[in-house]
Amino acid sequence: MTTNVDPEKTAKDSPIEIHLAAGAADRGASQQASGAQPGATSSEPSLGPPIFRLQDMGVWYGKHHAVRGVTMDVPRNAITALIGPSGCGKSTALRCLNRMNDLIPGARVEGRVLFGDEDLLSSDVDPVDLRGRIGMVFQKPNPFPKSIKDNLEFGMKVNGIKPTAERVEQALVDAALWDEVKDRLKAEAFSLSGGQQQRLCIARAIAVEPEVILMDEPCSALDPIATLAIEDLMKNLAERYTLVVVTHNMQQAARISDQVAFMTVEGTAEGDRTGVLAEVGTARQIFSAPKDPRTEAYITGRVG
Amino acid sequence: MTPPDRPRARRSARGRFGEKAVLLALAAAATISVLVTVGIVVVLVEEGALFFTDVPITEFFTGTQWFPLEGKFGVLPLLNASIVIALIAAVVAVPLGLGSAIYLSEYAPERLRRVVKPVLEILAGMPTIVLGFFALDAVTPALQMVFPGLGLYNALAAGIVVGLLITPLISSLSEDAMRAVPNSMREGAFGLGATRRVVSLRVVVPAALSGIVASIVLAISRAIGETMAVTLAAGTIPNLSWNPLEGMQTITAYIVQVSKGEATRGSLQYDSIFAVGLLLFVVTLVINIIAVRIVRKYRTVYQ
Repeated sequence: MTTNVDPEKTAKDSPIEIHLAAGAADRGASQQASGAQPGATSSEPSLGPPIFRLQDMGVWYGKHHAVRGVTMDVPRNAITALIGPSGCGKSTALRCLNRMNDLIPGARVEGRVLFGDEDLLSSDVDPVDLRGRIGMVFQKPNPFPKSIKDNLEFGMKVNGIKPTAERVEQALVDAALWDEVKDRLKAEAFSLSGGQQQRLCIARAIAVEPEVILMDEPCSALDPIATLAIEDLMKNLAERYTLVVVTHNMQQAARISDQVAFMTVEGTAEGDRTGVLAEVGTARQIFSAPKDPRTEAYITGRVG
Repeated sequence: MTPPDRPRARRSARGRFGEKAVLLALAAAATISVLVTVGIVVVLVEEGALFFTDVPITEFFTGTQWFPLEGKFGVLPLLNASIVIALIAAVVAVPLGLGSAIYLSEYAPERLRRVVKPVLEILAGMPTIVLGFFALDAVTPALQMVFPGLGLYNALAAGIVVGLLITPLISSLSEDAMRAVPNSMREGAFGLGATRRVVSLRVVVPAALSGIVASIVLAISRAIGETMAVTLAAGTIPNLSWNPLEGMQTITAYIVQVSKGEATRGSLQYDSIFAVGLLLFVVTLVINIIAVRIVRKYRTVYQ
């Protein structure tokens, strides 16, 4: 975990910087302005009201403090990207938001995660129920070994939603997959390409009618064309859902996200290494005027 | 790379003698096991053919009485007994085996699993004659409390102990199949708000179905071929009946009885064990082929 940080970052060198600048400019009003007035955007006026409020959230795996002290808001109907080097705990942090860490023996989450008014880490919250409201898409497409239709209906049945043909169609339309599969809904999900499978997984998540969709490096197993398709889809979904996306790919974060949280790894006094939130801000601010030197080092491709 | 003054020693074919020796030894081992199997089949067919020169094959398969001393060679009572006991065994073993497989794979904490699984597998290694004692000594008396008129020898007790015998086979193989289902699939289901029960029964079990069905089929094949426990527990009276409370003689038990030396070599009775042995061989072979087919056809290849 400690050693693979360096080569990874040195591999992404100057070309990244150029793409990033272009990516950031796409989102900002003007390239000059964004560089000139980062301070003015620090209050993040463009981001909506928060749906999640993370307060000093941390994760323990047994005696290993995997993540600590994460405090940030996640705005509603926006895309928040979690970026950072390997092993910084991005995925671990993401999995707190739908209590997936409950499934790992010995894992313990500390702090508070307000979802609306309730602390979703509270023992009163039923994680099974919660996961119906906060969907998740994983790194590798993981459709069930069933038909396309059955994949969609599974989540509906589990959440007490009547699985109708209209709902199946709507979810596939929303996931930009309908045109490709409408004639073969009974076909095995595994017969689809990797990119199609991932869109099926997104459709499966949407079909449950969640409020939030968590995505854990959803494009890392896909080729560039499939990645672009998923990115377009994410931008469309952000109009109706809140998306929290873990990504390794800074260009992707720059292309799609409204808010960016940069996490990194810190050594502890006990010799452990723990993931921390270095900085959170609008995508424009993070990529054009990062405040934390570690963020700057990471996004410009220098070692942090 | 090689210094010019020390050219790399050229290796002659003899230099690889070790390789050839190993190859030969391995090929010999493989050949011997194949030859032995072929030899067994040849003997079965040869001796069985001898039997069928005296007893018409139609009589063998349609006759409802098996009294070799009276020259009545209808195999149905023996075959029926084998099937009845295998079915009882399956009724016992499938729920027990699947239940423990699902528990071990999906519910049990890792530490418990590491203890329980080997213990279950020890059950599979138990000498079957011990299970036969167990049937006579514990299962039948217990059953007699429920069915007062139950005789000492009965198919039910035999089926139950054979079921116990094949339970570990089902649980172990099924558990392996379920653990081969990638975790990402479970996470996908949990992420949609599925309970552990739904994840286990509606995602993992269907995904592992080919392995599970194959384990059941193999276990039934094992139950049909099981000998000592049924010889002891079900008795040695051929009896064409579906009533599990009666004693009956299975194919295997008959072979044991005759092999013990009642029949002289070359007699029709002696030849008959090769005929029923051949039948047993064909039945288990067909079942095993079915299991292999199921695995091939329905195996899901996970990326």
